[in-house]
Amino acid sequence: MLWVDKYRPKTLDKVIVHQDVAQNLQKLVSEGDCPHLLFYGPSGSGKKTLIMALLRQIFGPSADKVKVENKIWKVDVSFSLNFFFFSFRMQAGTRTIDVELTTLSSTHHVELNPSDAGFQDRYVVQEIIKEMAKNRPIDTKGKKGFKVLVLNEVDKLSREAQHSLRRTMEKYSASCRLILCSNSSSKVTEAVRSRCLNVRINAPMEEEIVNVLEFIAKKEGLQIPQGFAARIAEKSNRNLRRAVLTFEACRVQQYPFTNNQAIPPMDWEQYVSEIASDIMKEQSPKRLFEVRGKLYELLTNCIPPEIILKRLLFELLKKLDSELKHEVSNWAAHYEHRMRLGQKSIFHLEAFVAKFMSIYKSFLVSTFG
Amino acid sequence: MAPVMQTSQPWVEKYRPKQVKDVAHQDEVVRVLTNTLETSNCPHMLFYGPPGTGKTTTALAIAHQLFGPELYKSRVLELNASDDRGINVVRTKIKNFAAVAVGSNRHGGYPCPPFKIIILDEADSMTQDAQNALRRTMETYSKVTRFFFICNYISRIIEPLASRCAKFRFKPLTEEIMGSRILHICKEEGLNLDSEALSTLSSISQGDLRRAITFLQSAARLFGSSISAKDLISVSGVIPNEVVQAIFSACRSGNFDLANKEVNNVIAEGYPVSQMLSQLYDIVIDADDISDEQKARICKKFAEADKCLVDGADEYLQLLNVASSTMQALSNMPQDMAF
Repeated sequence: MLWVDKYRPKTLDKVIVHQDVAQNLQKLVSEGDCPHLLFYGPSGSGKKTLIMALLRQIFGPSADKVKVENKIWKVDVSFSLNFFFFSFRMQAGTRTIDVELTTLSSTHHVELNPSDAGFQDRYVVQEIIKEMAKNRPIDTKGKKGFKVLVLNEVDKLSREAQHSLRRTMEKYSASCRLILCSNSSSKVTEAVRSRCLNVRINAPMEEEIVNVLEFIAKKEGLQIPQGFAARIAEKSNRNLRRAVLTFEACRVQQYPFTNNQAIPPMDWEQYVSEIASDIMKEQSPKRLFEVRGKLYELLTNCIPPEIILKRLLFELLKKLDSELKHEVSNWAAHYEHRMRLGQKSIFHLEAFVAKFMSIYKSFLVSTFG
Repeated sequence: MAPVMQTSQPWVEKYRPKQVKDVAHQDEVVRVLTNTLETSNCPHMLFYGPPGTGKTTTALAIAHQLFGPELYKSRVLELNASDDRGINVVRTKIKNFAAVAVGSNRHGGYPCPPFKIIILDEADSMTQDAQNALRRTMETYSKVTRFFFICNYISRIIEPLASRCAKFRFKPLTEEIMGSRILHICKEEGLNLDSEALSTLSSISQGDLRRAITFLQSAARLFGSSISAKDLISVSGVIPNEVVQAIFSACRSGNFDLANKEVNNVIAEGYPVSQMLSQLYDIVIDADDISDEQKARICKKFAEADKCLVDGADEYLQLLNVASSTMQALSNMPQDMAF
């Protein structure tokens, strides 16, 4: 078992990093009820851990027994065909579409990634909530007469799905609580946000990461030299998951730890930094062609394009003069936005590289003649 | 501790006014509707205004007062954005409901006028086609059916529909009215709210009573019965002032790397960037030492970034771009890119 899973805190009182949040959550559910919740924060900050611990707090250990289900939802969709320019007008009607979705469910909660359903996400959300409301669990104490629906990646949910959530949330609030989990709350509509209790989960500070690493080391019976944990924490970019993974990688690589042991960087990050230095060295169509091959390589290895772009910008900013930084960051934002609107990300990544080359070249020409 | 969390009902629903005359701060609407109750006749209505000013409440209250609980189900059709409201529904469901004729028999002390009411909540999210399909329906069945449209933006309602209705604008609530309503709820729920917290609540909810009540309930659930201004800020998702000031002073310093560090910090702390933009905007507008031209340049960038965020662009890059442009504007760098 990976350390990330092994040392994931199981209950709210065992968490190390977000103790204040955990205490508040505990208070919140101590009455046996909870409002709709929206957790937001950067990745690797512990949102999912807190949600799972919260469920366990509400429902007891039975929340652990999850089963994976691949279910096909049959949804009636009304559609209309507006062929007004034909001589006949087709009648609007209904049809049934199948939406296939994987869910994780226990007796008390269902967890799913609605964005997997693509543009049909709104039907999925409505249908599942309605179904849950129909099969309302009976509790002898009459206390927990509700199920919990955990929705991941709400920020990727389409606008329509979010709009249709808002009334559904109010209507079925007696039988169903929603826990939403999202990376940024900007992408969740105001209407949904205002119906939830918003919980901001910030990325852990470096000292907190160090604490966690030392805790794990103690449990595993490992000796870590002074400053070693701090170096991992610094490299991790305040991402706890990554810090723990790196720590485990170091353990596999070499033990006992030495003080100057190199901390292995992510291989794709190294690759991006190579691309960055390639671009800096030569600005020509030939170089652009080579870079394209490397970008493709990254994309085929499932590195998300916006992460590549961000990392590339980070590497470039390290090497640039300050007058160029403004312009380059402006174009990075521009192409990332385009990438989001468009379909094929390679075009926009390449366009950014080409733009950078042109900017850099003319800068060199005007400076050195 | 007072019995605060006994019921799971949201306070927004619990304290929703049940009668038209209880609706706060919307005098003209209340006057017209009271008249309706007396004469039992009314035109089609269009309520518009910002969220949390009482539009839905008013529509529901008048429907309840006209028909009473028994007839309510058969006389009132309530549709909102979460129901499917495509052209198909307009052609079938609404039309069928509108076509049924009803008599007027006074029932249990309620006026029960001889018409039905269709409430279309969040009407601005209806498609153009669906709205067009409604035009004729409204006129054909005007004897037996009244339509109540509720929307935030009147410009999204097509003109032919708007011209068939009596329009009422709902004003944002003033601080005093909001304060008195909040204090009333606090008294009922046994909460302690000092005057500083009350004014914080008014300022963060910006005239939206529903938002204010939701914040109050969340804070009460998390922190118990005595609530301070700090608690309210933490549940509302407003960014603390120091953080916003830190970004702004980094922009003033003209040091790109410093700004980059602050931006990274904001993202890691998980603050929503759209909220950050609106708070930065307040600071920029209020600043005395920035020229109008600079302000215009900065605000233009804010608007562009906001649009990009709505499109789903990356938060870090957008905020970095805003910070860098602000910096350029403040140090009067040329607007055109150098290269």
